Amino acid sequence: MITLLKNGRIYDPAHHKNGVIEDIYIRNGRIITKPAETEKVDQTFDLSGKVVMAGAIDMHSHIGGGKINIARMMLPEYQQKQAQELKSLSEPEAHICTPHCSHHATPSTTDTGFRYIEMGYTAAFEPAISPVNARQAHLEMGDTPMIDKGGYAMLGNDDYFLRMLAANKDQKAINDYVAWILHATQAIGIKVVNPGGINAFKFNQRRLDLDENNVHYQVSPREILQSLSRAVHDLGIAKPLHVHCNNLGAAGNFATTLDTMSASSGLPMHLTHIQFHSYGTEGDKKFSSAAAQIAEALNKNKHITADVGQILFGQTVTASGDAMMQHLNAKHANPKKSVIMDIECDAGCGVLPFKYRDQNYVNALQWAIGLELFLSVEDPWRIFLTTDHPNGAPFTSYPHLIRLLMDKSFRNEAFAKLNLDAQAMSNLTSLDREYSLYEIAIMTRAGASKLIGLNDRGHLGTGAAADITVYTDQADREAMFAKPDYVFKNGELVVKNGSVVKVVWGVTHTAKPAFDMGVEKDLKDYFDRYQTMQLDNFKISDDEISSDGRGQVVVHKNKL
Amino acid sequence: MKNTNHDAVPTSTTCPACGLLCDDISLSTAPALSVRNGCAKGIRFFEQALKTPITATPLLAGKPASLEDAIIAAAEILSKSRQPLFAGLGTEVQGMRAIVRLAEKTNATLDHMHSEGTVSNTRTMQNGGWLTTTLSEIKNRADVILAVGTDITGSHPRFFEKLAWNTDNLFNKPTPELIFLGAPVETAQAHIAPDGKAPTIIPAETAQLPEVINALNALLNGKKLNTDIVADIPLQALTALTEKLKAAKYAVIVWSASALKIPHAELTIQSIVQLVSKLNESSRAAGLPLNSGDGDSSVNNVSTWLTGYPTRSRYQNGMPEYDTYHFSTQKQLGSCDAVMWISTFNPYDAPETKVPTIVIGHPDIKSGHTPDVFIPAGIPGVDHAGLMFRMDSSITLPLKKVRDSNLPSLNEVIAKIEAKLLNETTA
Repeated sequence: MITLLKNGRIYDPAHHKNGVIEDIYIRNGRIITKPAETEKVDQTFDLSGKVVMAGAIDMHSHIGGGKINIARMMLPEYQQKQAQELKSLSEPEAHICTPHCSHHATPSTTDTGFRYIEMGYTAAFEPAISPVNARQAHLEMGDTPMIDKGGYAMLGNDDYFLRMLAANKDQKAINDYVAWILHATQAIGIKVVNPGGINAFKFNQRRLDLDENNVHYQVSPREILQSLSRAVHDLGIAKPLHVHCNNLGAAGNFATTLDTMSASSGLPMHLTHIQFHSYGTEGDKKFSSAAAQIAEALNKNKHITADVGQILFGQTVTASGDAMMQHLNAKHANPKKSVIMDIECDAGCGVLPFKYRDQNYVNALQWAIGLELFLSVEDPWRIFLTTDHPNGAPFTSYPHLIRLLMDKSFRNEAFAKLNLDAQAMSNLTSLDREYSLYEIAIMTRAGASKLIGLNDRGHLGTGAAADITVYTDQADREAMFAKPDYVFKNGELVVKNGSVVKVVWGVTHTAKPAFDMGVEKDLKDYFDRYQTMQLDNFKISDDEISSDGRGQVVVHKNKL
Repeated sequence: MKNTNHDAVPTSTTCPACGLLCDDISLSTAPALSVRNGCAKGIRFFEQALKTPITATPLLAGKPASLEDAIIAAAEILSKSRQPLFAGLGTEVQGMRAIVRLAEKTNATLDHMHSEGTVSNTRTMQNGGWLTTTLSEIKNRADVILAVGTDITGSHPRFFEKLAWNTDNLFNKPTPELIFLGAPVETAQAHIAPDGKAPTIIPAETAQLPEVINALNALLNGKKLNTDIVADIPLQALTALTEKLKAAKYAVIVWSASALKIPHAELTIQSIVQLVSKLNESSRAAGLPLNSGDGDSSVNNVSTWLTGYPTRSRYQNGMPEYDTYHFSTQKQLGSCDAVMWISTFNPYDAPETKVPTIVIGHPDIKSGHTPDVFIPAGIPGVDHAGLMFRMDSSITLPLKKVRDSNLPSLNEVIAKIEAKLLNETTA
């Protein structure tokens, strides 16, 4: 069966197509070259005047696993109040809703898949899978319909790795362990959260700077970053080490962030939700924007990529692996409650509800800092559109965020309503940049695909999976991106006029670099002596993801 | 009758008998059942499970029937019902996933047989949150373990063997000091470490625990109490306890919500959680809630990601709702118009009710009153594979099939009922 998408205006940065009018042919879920005249086209969609992009890819969104389920569990009021909230969207910066929008920050797995596809997103990546909890993360993602999934496994606070580092194990041994973790957890990347800090918190350290030692292991975050970024590089997986820096949310943390950029000695690293790590200490309130310094460093350091983690005003919840900093920040929770966990000599987590308010000095400045970063980082291939869902705002607010980036007057009007002290501390109105559709397509499609190494996603070239989103070009970019005309998933029409018309189940993207199985000998001994589960049960087989007939594991080749 | 396909060759497997979910056990059934690393509770579970017939037949009003007919009868009851109650819910992850789908289609209320404790914990967590830990952290870090209102091993038999008296740990910590507050004294006293270290016992009635915990909170916060004795406990003993907790490198406070059989148990749990919170201002400490079993952790977690709500929820016209008070089995028995009782791990009987009743589960369930439909289902971890959440919810472990069996798994049964429902509505 051949489907023809006719006369669409194509934005496909991977192939340098910036608004060209072209036809797209689809067969068996893939984009094909124009078939011979003799072949029958079974259905045609006339896309004259429509904007066509690959399905969007969210490279950082907490969609599955223990801490997000804790967030759901501790905040039933979000769901219960949803009906009322939909009727009283009076806060100017509260995110836009589609008619079906789960307004709250902790949607069920079904809602997660639906809300994503309704916005034209066809893949989302869970960025913080603690290896011991990977099975739960995959179970939740397996119950998330419509979109492709994948995840990054967290290392760098696990006692096994820190023991290796403290014992000066050679890089090859580290690489084998990292590869083994990727296999065992069915992940596509490696993340480190507050390098060494979550572990240090278990020894009663309350902060950890880049060059400060973990009291027990006597290793520093910098050494952890060096070792892990090297391992990721040596193994040849596409996704650079995903780094949540030390000192999350702390005034003055921009210095740590700048130093972190040099920690990998030039090897690729991705600094995530960098907005939360771009704070200075200037001004009466000792809290200021360091977006300019961070953006300048990002522009200079070509080996570094970043996603923003924009905050938007309203009620949300922050769910992080960073038990150390979340415990420190628990006093700011709103409503005032927090769940903090030490997890299995492997990781930690901290879940705090947060209400970002535009009249609060710090919140207003956080909002501005995120936008300053977006507008000051020059290369859209190295900066990604995220709200660190749900930490900065629910992912359903992306259309609103896109409008803020594309529409200067809209942005400045919003800015004018902020806390006045915060306005005085931001140069946002001096930034005239407006993102183009092409640049949005880079940030949310081509760039994300390239970063993660998805090869056949995020672009519209021949052979690509036919994940395609079609929008009506509207001056109101929020309305435009909130409700695509059509979304195709693997060539099937699944969303029409912003509503799901067919339920499908995406795949799980993974990377499985080769490694020496000998690594299991020591791991088995470690598990038997110190853990409370068997090594064999730690590992997740492909079958576990595919056996229900819906899921499927896709292994992406190492980068060339 | 050949009851197993593994006989004398030990099969390593996971024991679902309690929330510790020990996966270091191995079973062999010839010449007799033996369970390496098994505890009394685990052995009893496997003994009972392996004695059940692998070909038990469904019953309709007490009379043998085909599975097909039983499925149709169950689907008919649920199709006619406007407000069914799915109770018991003794199942694992895959069973619960199927149950939630069926609940959505039938506007059912969902409640687990041990939800009283789960709900007390959830309410505490929803009210102010908590700081908790997991089993491997305890094994490697805990130097003081305070058990409140529980001897722990009554419900989780290998707890101390695995997590306190382990010879290996990562940080060369000493064997933890055990303190039992308001626990059953006789069993608590017996928890003597291999090195001879005896536990500290502070006796108290369960009803006195709120008072004692509040006094501990006051002492931790530096308040002076104008008394020498709190709930029959000398103040000195409580002061000594707070000092031990403060001095610990990693203190763990364990409680069992289901053992706190007092009104508003969540308030006492909240006080326990406050102790932990206060301790963490200067040192490290963490809480550990014990679960009750029969898949309560699995059911709670699956429900949460599928419906958005933890235990005690219902579907109304496809929308999930949450109410820990109104959606309890006890309340719903008065208003529901059909009951589906599920208990696959243990032969627990359905509650007495006059409305049409479907019972699905352990082949040995002996009903006090004859249910309209009884469908014997496989026992997870015995008759079929499965997935289960450990008590600390951080880990999900695979359950294995350990014998050949003709019994359908719960999710197969539920999926078949769901299919028949669909047939009815589309017909």
